[in-house]
Amino acid sequence: MRAKPVLATAAAALALATFTACGGDTATDDGAATLTVFAAASLTESFTEIGDRFESEHDGVTVEFNFAGSSDLAAQITEGAPADVFASADQKNMDKAVEAGAADDPQTFALNQLVIAVPEGDPDGVTGLADLASLTFAACAPEVPCGAAAQTAIDASGTDLTPVTYEADVKATLQKLTLGEVDAALVYRTDAIAADGDVDAVEFPESAEAVNAYPIAALTDAPNADLAADFTAFVLADDAQAILGAAGFQQP
Amino acid sequence: MPAKQTRQRPPRRTRRRRRIPAALLVPAVAGLAFLILPLAGLLARAPWTELPSRLAEPDILAALRLSLITATAATALSLLFGVPIAWLLARGDFPGRGLLRALVTVPLVLPPVVGGVALLLVFGRNGIIGAWLYERFDITIPFTTTAVILAMTFVSMPFLIVSVEGALRGADARFEEAAATLGAGRWTVFTHVTLPMIAPGVLAGAVLCWARALGEFGATITFAGNFPGRTQTMPLAVYLALQSDLEAAIVLSLILLAVSVAVLASLRDRWTGAVA
Amino acid sequence: MNEPEPAGDRSTATEGLDAHLVVDRGDFRLDLRLHVAPGETVALLGPNGAGKTTALRALAGLQILTDGHIALNGENLDQPGTRGAQRPRWVPPEHRRIGVVFQDYLLFPHLNAIDNVAFGPRRRGTGRAEARALAAGWLDRVGLGEFGKRRPGQLSGGQAQRVALARALATDPALLLLDEPLAALDARTRLDTRVELHRHLAVHAGAAVLVTHDPVDALMLADRLVVVEEGRAVQEGDAEAVTARPRTDYIARLVGLNLYRGTASGTTVRLASGAALTTGEALEGEAFAAFSPSAVALFREEPDGSPRNTWRATVSGVHRHGDHLRVQLDGPLRTAADVTPAAAAHLGLEPGQTVWAAVKATEIRAYPA
Repeated sequence: MRAKPVLATAAAALALATFTACGGDTATDDGAATLTVFAAASLTESFTEIGDRFESEHDGVTVEFNFAGSSDLAAQITEGAPADVFASADQKNMDKAVEAGAADDPQTFALNQLVIAVPEGDPDGVTGLADLASLTFAACAPEVPCGAAAQTAIDASGTDLTPVTYEADVKATLQKLTLGEVDAALVYRTDAIAADGDVDAVEFPESAEAVNAYPIAALTDAPNADLAADFTAFVLADDAQAILGAAGFQQP
Repeated sequence: MPAKQTRQRPPRRTRRRRRIPAALLVPAVAGLAFLILPLAGLLARAPWTELPSRLAEPDILAALRLSLITATAATALSLLFGVPIAWLLARGDFPGRGLLRALVTVPLVLPPVVGGVALLLVFGRNGIIGAWLYERFDITIPFTTTAVILAMTFVSMPFLIVSVEGALRGADARFEEAAATLGAGRWTVFTHVTLPMIAPGVLAGAVLCWARALGEFGATITFAGNFPGRTQTMPLAVYLALQSDLEAAIVLSLILLAVSVAVLASLRDRWTGAVA
Repeated sequence: MNEPEPAGDRSTATEGLDAHLVVDRGDFRLDLRLHVAPGETVALLGPNGAGKTTALRALAGLQILTDGHIALNGENLDQPGTRGAQRPRWVPPEHRRIGVVFQDYLLFPHLNAIDNVAFGPRRRGTGRAEARALAAGWLDRVGLGEFGKRRPGQLSGGQAQRVALARALATDPALLLLDEPLAALDARTRLDTRVELHRHLAVHAGAAVLVTHDPVDALMLADRLVVVEEGRAVQEGDAEAVTARPRTDYIARLVGLNLYRGTASGTTVRLASGAALTTGEALEGEAFAAFSPSAVALFREEPDGSPRNTWRATVSGVHRHGDHLRVQLDGPLRTAADVTPAAAAHLGLEPGQTVWAAVKATEIRAYPA
């Protein structure tokens, strides 16, 4: 007997919560709007900053990010997740979204290149890929973009290097280095820079063979189509490009 | 009546005829649906035609083989160390037992990835023990199959301990006294009386432990890395397949699932067959 | 009854069991002296919570003594060493030549009957085949030769009891301990099993201690009774002595006697309540007076011509007791009286009614307290 009012209250609260959650997604009468951006995990720092800048230039607009692996994001978008913009870390996952009809006309907004990350001060004196032959190093698995790039670069170098581990993502790869389990790691320049003083980035020429392009697109079913287009343009413009450049990305 | 008498099962038929109260049946069915539907979802999406060719891939076979070997080794390690720990927790009488019990369950609560980092901090090249091993014997544990087994043991042993401790607490310690009066020393009592009496609990714990080890991902990839044939177990292969090809990942998951169910089912038959 | 023990001096090796069991457990203290000769069976009889099982556990080595000692055939098994001259010593259960039949038998559920019985001999170094042959022999002796392959769950209560007995005896114990060996059995099985148990106890060469709260078990199985109440021996002796001259209400009730304590002067025993009983035997000083409920005669009117004990009493309860009725009487003496149903009908007995009770002096036994 006593449980029933409690249950009813809980049900009502739940219903209310659901209702407000639904309402929050779309533009309301007073001009406030929420823009939902699905962005690759490697864009976390720079896009958060770009989002702040965008908000300050667009009154009443809130930018919400969903940072995750590009393939996860692509899967979510093709399964119908309500997003306005998709920024992928590689062309392949953007292509999936385009093929599914979820995105249209993607544009490359940044390039990222591999570096050899080594402990601060480069204790082993690494100057190029060939030096890795006598060291243990980590790389991303070929299934993920940074791993595919690493394999391309290694192939281009004509060496027969094998990492001691194929990590699931670039952060995990870098973590093996910062924990001291490997002597070097093949990671993106942006990640090496994000790791701050702990690691040094050694550039190597073969990385030019495996430049990673980051495409961005407004989604076809975007709840805020206009804002989505605005944001995409904003990312391609100078302010945002400066932020990306500081994070280690190159301009397309 | 001695306690054993009540253990005798009533004939099957009367059991089946007994009605299940709706208050239990409804949540049970709902819960089962919740557990089973995701599997049904996987089955519905599975590209069945791909299955044979996937199974023929050497990398997949290597991952499957590695998974089975390492999970079994982790279970063996867990039995070797976990049963004595469970005994200590259930029968020991020392200060701080409650704290110890809480500590034992830490790996259950700790996110496995963090567990993997913690293992690196101990057994890694710069770890407390790892550094010594590396300098003294030139042994590195990370990125080896040993690391996979250690990671699995770390996350799965608590399941065994909790299960065996429960069995030990449920077991009547007076049987151990009876054995002592018959001339059995403490070790003999343990091997000849305690262990056989809690065998079902140990087996249940070992199965849980094995299943958990088989599905282990986070601690493994963090501590042991990912290298085909050496540290790439099925869950790692599944996760990486997921990065590029959802359907391939589903196929791999189903293979892992089918093999584990087959192993457990055959084990169960053999076990119950031996008892009957 | 218990004289203080001469400190540390028991140099002469006694055959059988010589024990002074002292166990402190919170508020409870067990303090019991026990001597059991080889071949003798002693029953510890007493109400629940009297400390009988604690005594048994101490003998088995499952409970450590606080003080006192346990010696079996001259070997010290437990000696806390609280007396200066003694060296502390404790022999764990597995190294005592003791066999225990537990109250609910505690047969190992994962072993069949043969392996249960062979368990003891195996642990004491007998080879597998030999131990099994020995076990089979013991199962034969308790009449269960056919049941060797059965697991405890497949045995009846009586069968399990006999397997437990065989298991305890198979190690050839110098001391056999039985904890309520028949308590878990139904009345019918109990009767048969008791006879069987008596047969085995009679031929058992070692000492035996039986714990029970059932006087019939104690009387039939034991050569000697030790009545334990609140951790102490309150009476000791053979069955006849204990039943004829109970020293506590507990025993009196058990053997069905009305028991009173008072001061004797000639053939009169004056009780604390002020009432006096005239007895057949003359005695001086502290004394017990006891008579059977069947010795009590009830009358509606005061009976005349009385060299006997008569008093007015109030019926407080009537219930069936075997083929007669037991009447509980309040008054100067709380008494149980047995009457035939016919007499009860004649008297029209019902609670609250006043009657006259009478007991012949010759029916009242008096003995020193």
